[in-house]
Formats: sequence, structure tokens, C-alpha cells
Amino acid sequence: MDREEIFVKLNEVFRDVFDDDSITVTDATTADDIEEWDSLEHINLLAAVEQEFGVKFNMGQVVSMKNVGEMADIIAGQLGA
Amino acid sequence: MKELEYPFDSEYILKKSKQIRRRLLESGADFVRKKIAVLGGSTTHDIIRVLELFLLDRGIQPEFYESEYAQYWQDVMFDNPRLVEFEPDLIYIHTSSRNIMKYPTPGTNEEEVGFMLEEQFGYFAVMWDKAIADYHCPVVQNNFEYPFYRLLGNREAVFPQGRISFLNRLNESFYQYAREHDDFYINDINYISAAYGLDKWADPFYWHMYKYAMCMQAIPEFAYNLSNIIKAIFGKNKKSLVLDLDNTLWGGVVGDDGVENLEIGQETSLGQVYAEFQDYIKAQKDIGVMLNVNSKNEPENAILGLNHPDGILRPDDFLLIKANWEPKSSNMEAIAEELGILPDSLVFVDDNLAERDIVSTQVPGVAAPDIGTPEQYIRVLDHAGFFEVTNLSEDDRRRSEMYKANMARARQQRSFGDYREYLRSLEMRASIGAFEPIHMARIAQLTNKSNQFNLTTRRYTQSDIERFAASDDYITRYGRLEDKFGDNGVVTVVIGRKDIAAKALHLDLWLMSCRVLKRDMEYAMLDAMVHACRACGLETMFGYYYPTAKNAMVRDFYETMGFEKTGETKEGGTVWRFAVTDDYTDRNTVIAVNV
Repeated sequence: MDREEIFVKLNEVFRDVFDDDSITVTDATTADDIEEWDSLEHINLLAAVEQEFGVKFNMGQVVSMKNVGEMADIIAGQLGA
Repeated sequence: MKELEYPFDSEYILKKSKQIRRRLLESGADFVRKKIAVLGGSTTHDIIRVLELFLLDRGIQPEFYESEYAQYWQDVMFDNPRLVEFEPDLIYIHTSSRNIMKYPTPGTNEEEVGFMLEEQFGYFAVMWDKAIADYHCPVVQNNFEYPFYRLLGNREAVFPQGRISFLNRLNESFYQYAREHDDFYINDINYISAAYGLDKWADPFYWHMYKYAMCMQAIPEFAYNLSNIIKAIFGKNKKSLVLDLDNTLWGGVVGDDGVENLEIGQETSLGQVYAEFQDYIKAQKDIGVMLNVNSKNEPENAILGLNHPDGILRPDDFLLIKANWEPKSSNMEAIAEELGILPDSLVFVDDNLAERDIVSTQVPGVAAPDIGTPEQYIRVLDHAGFFEVTNLSEDDRRRSEMYKANMARARQQRSFGDYREYLRSLEMRASIGAFEPIHMARIAQLTNKSNQFNLTTRRYTQSDIERFAASDDYITRYGRLEDKFGDNGVVTVVIGRKDIAAKALHLDLWLMSCRVLKRDMEYAMLDAMVHACRACGLETMFGYYYPTAKNAMVRDFYETMGFEKTGETKEGGTVWRFAVTDDYTDRNTVIAVNV
């Protein structure tokens, strides 16, 4: 799966979790850009992303992840892309 | 909603919860509103998010109070003003073994372990006592799940110093408290975590990252189990199983294969599976579930199959056996009507997806679970929690018997030309009186379950009921009806609120079980209310009818009872007035009443 495909899928997960079809995520997207993305929704978002890609974030990754770009990097790394 | 019926896809629910919630709220369903206080010992955000979906799906629209993180004990003990103002209808205390203050260590002596248990139990019990006393509402409390590691290995459960031994004993003290307090319920997370898989459930990632007592993926199963208790408390349990026969209660098709070739009994593995399932179904009768058959079969073949020598269920275990070639949806409607219950109290059990589809689309409200393959039937029906038990009343155990007696009465009715002559022939005897402790559970159950013959459809918890019974401001009356065919138990409840200044009584609640319709029991209750009013100098009674989707049958009730209409409310309700006079003569003439 290349990075572009990862972003297509990520976008779907974001839209599902926040129930908002107007969302388009980019490398630079952070919690500040999506109104409902607070620390509590973050937990559910990560669980949904893990399930969608069949990956598992470890604690270090969860703590250090700064934006959607880094999230995509970790996913790509785990999928061996 | 299909997505929320057990067995469900937890990950789908977690991901799509916002959209599911929106669809539930837009469905236009007739929700009852309840205020639920969630007092957590760990994070509760996603628990509330998912619990809300399951409650909405059962017709309950919750408004939540959420304690600050891990403030469950402080909120109750120090009267958090936000909680006091919230006035919960139900308090749920979400604690787990992560909230144990102190565990024994291998060096703790046995006596000390006993003290530690008492101390930990006392910490909870003092909070429950206060919550019950202050809020008069049901309290639901988690028990403790096992920890995910065992220092003493298998001896953890054996030595008093072991955590598993400690938690088992602590749990037992919680259960004892639940046995002694009627409106106190245990949410058995020890069972749910075991069924889910403890290693996955207790994933330390979710505790250390977010302070969740269980992993995110387990939350739907956890919340579903909790919603079962809550919907049962608020009277949303199902009442009856309607079962298919071929390939549901036995393997094979009785009409094609012949009764001697059916798979049932100890001869084959599949036969054993069906025998165990029949045994499970038969046991449902003991908790008050009414059993019925809805099968495409010749009637005589259905009876042949049910008399199979190796079967466990017998034709006699069922109230109604609809074995015919009608669409199953029509049979469902007929069963609901003949039993005098609503279709949404029925659970349809059929191995055939097409039949389930027809029934669930044609008869809205009927549950038609995907029961899977025969060896999964028991698990699916059981975990679905349709008949979650809160209290086992004597009436539950005898429900099938009572409905049978009703059918005998119906047969007798046909042999009488005159209805009053028939009523007299029933030799009815009623006990009518103020609410008594032994009937509280049944009275609470009736106020939460009765939909059709219910003038105001006000729902009260057992704590509310006990409060009315103890108060001088209320006149309470229950009615129990027996006749020559059997005892119907407590079947009707009236609660009147006094207005001393106006010498009036407001009838806040008047309901009756449909199993005693047209027996003149309502007249006996009117007589009792009039006598009670006169005894305390009240001169007027006011009756109220509030229409719901289900209570049209009592729209003209007060008119029939001789009340005079005095007004209408803007929601379409009506207000009725009855003058209590000294020359009142009793309206009931067919029931011998014991006051």
C-alpha cells in the first residue's frame, strides 16, 4: 500500500469517526484542525485506524505522534511499504 | 437497529457510533427519557458513548451525568452539587479491580486479610447506603474482574493472600449486599471479561495510556451487558419466545423426514446439541418467559415432533402452537393478540434468515436474532439478554400457568350465554389493600411493564414505590385476583396523591395487567379508592389520561368509570373529575373483595 492509498483509507476512517464527510486530511493535519478531535476522541480514532489497517501503535508511538503525516509513516512502516 | 443487535460487530459500532446515534435519534421512535449518573473509578467517556447507543436502541433516551475522573466515591459521599441537582433516575458505579486500595501480600496473615476485606467492602457499602438513602433510585455496581497476572500462580485462588481469592471473597460480599437490597444490582464484569478473554480485556496499554479499565474493543460487549440491566430495570424486557420447529428445536424436517429420523436426543452429536437447546428453552419458563411455536407444518406433525421420546420440550410447555402454512408474520401478530401482549415483547427464534427477515420487516418491534448454527443457539440467545432477570417474583415463575388458566377461562366463557353469569361462575376473590412489603417487587415490575391498560404510563422504581407507600400524602392500593382456575397474583395498581387543601385526590397512576381485562376488577378498585377517600375526608378524585402509542384502550376509561371530563392538556391528554359522595354504592358485584 503506498502513501497515497494510506491517505485515502485514513480519510475514510476520519470521516466515519467524526461523522463528517467534509473532512480531508493531509500530512499536516492535527487535532487543532478538526473541531471534535479532542484527547478523548483521539483514543477512539487510533483504535479505528488500527483496526482499518490491521496495525497496532505502541505507547511510544502514540505519545510522540504529532500529525496525520506521522501517523501515516508509522502505518507505512508497520505494513512494510 | 440491526447493527446493535447481539451478535454485533464491535469495531463497526466504535467507528460509526456518531452516525448510528444520529440515525437512532432521527428514527422518530417513542423514547422514554432517563437520567443516568455514571460515577467512574476509571475513564468513562467511551463507555457512555456506546452505552447511549444500546439504550436508544431499546427505547430509552439517556441524559448522562459523568463524574470527574475517578471521583465516584467523593461524588456520593460529599454531595457533589452537580449530582444532587441532576436528580438521577439511576446511578451506575463503574469500578474495577484497578480501584482496589490495598491487596494482601504473601506475608499478610489471615486475620489481617479479613480486616482488609471488611475495610474495602465497608468503603463501598457506606457509599451505596448513602446513594440509596439520598437518591431513592436504582444503583448498579460493577463487581471485580480478575487481574491479568498471578503472582502465586494457581495458588492465587487458594491462599487468602492471593488476589484472586481476595477478589472472589470481596465479590461475594457485594452479592450479599445485592441480595439484601432490592434496588441494587451487580454488573457482572467478572463474567463478561472472562467471556471476552481476560488477556485482551485487561490490555495494560489502555489503563496506562488512557486509564480505561478495559481495552477499547471490549467496550461494546461491556456496555451491552450493562444496557441489559438498565433496560430490564426500566421495564423494557421481552416477555415471550416464539420458536420455529424444524432445524430450530430439532435437526431435520418432521413432515419430510418422519419423526423417527429427527436429530434430537443422545444418539448423535447434533441430536445432543438440540437436546441441550431444548433443555435451555424449557428452563426459560422458570424465569417467566412464555413459550410459543410458529412453524410451517401440519399441526399433527408439529405435535408428533414435540412428543419425540428423546425430546425435552412437550406440547404442554407452550401456550400457543401455530403450526400452519400462514406467513410467519401473521402468526406472530396472532400470537401477540391472543396473549394480549405487544409484538415488541416477542423474540422470534428461527434458523431461516428469510423467515427472520419477513417477520422483522412485517412486524416492527419483534426481535429476530441471527442465531447462527445449532451449537451457537444457546450462546446467542443467552448473551442477547432479552429476559435479563432483575427480581424473580412468584408471578414470573407462574406466568405460563396463569396464561393457561386464562385460556381455560376463555373456553368456559364460550359456554355461557350471559357474560355476567360467566363472571359469577368464575368465583372471583380479590385482595385489595395499601402497598405491602411483600408485594413491592411485583408492584414496581407492573409499573414498569404495563403499557396498554395504563392511564398515565408513569414509571416508578421500587424505591419510589416504597416512598409512596410510607407517605401520608398518598393513597396506594394494589389488587390481587384469584378465581377457581387459579391465582392471577397482583394485577392492578392505583396511586393517588392527596391535596388536603382542596379535599381532592389526584390519580397519578392507574394500571392493570391485560391478563384480567373485562373481569370487573377495575370497578372493585374504584370502590376501594372511593372508600379510602371517604375515610380521610376527600371529596373529589381527579383522573388523568395521557395518550401514548400503546394505551389507546383506556382512552375512555374514566368515562366508563363514571368520571366527568373537565379539560384537556395540550399534549392531547384529558382530565376527569369524580365526586365522592356518601351515598356511593359499590360498582363491583361479581368479585368477593377482602380489604
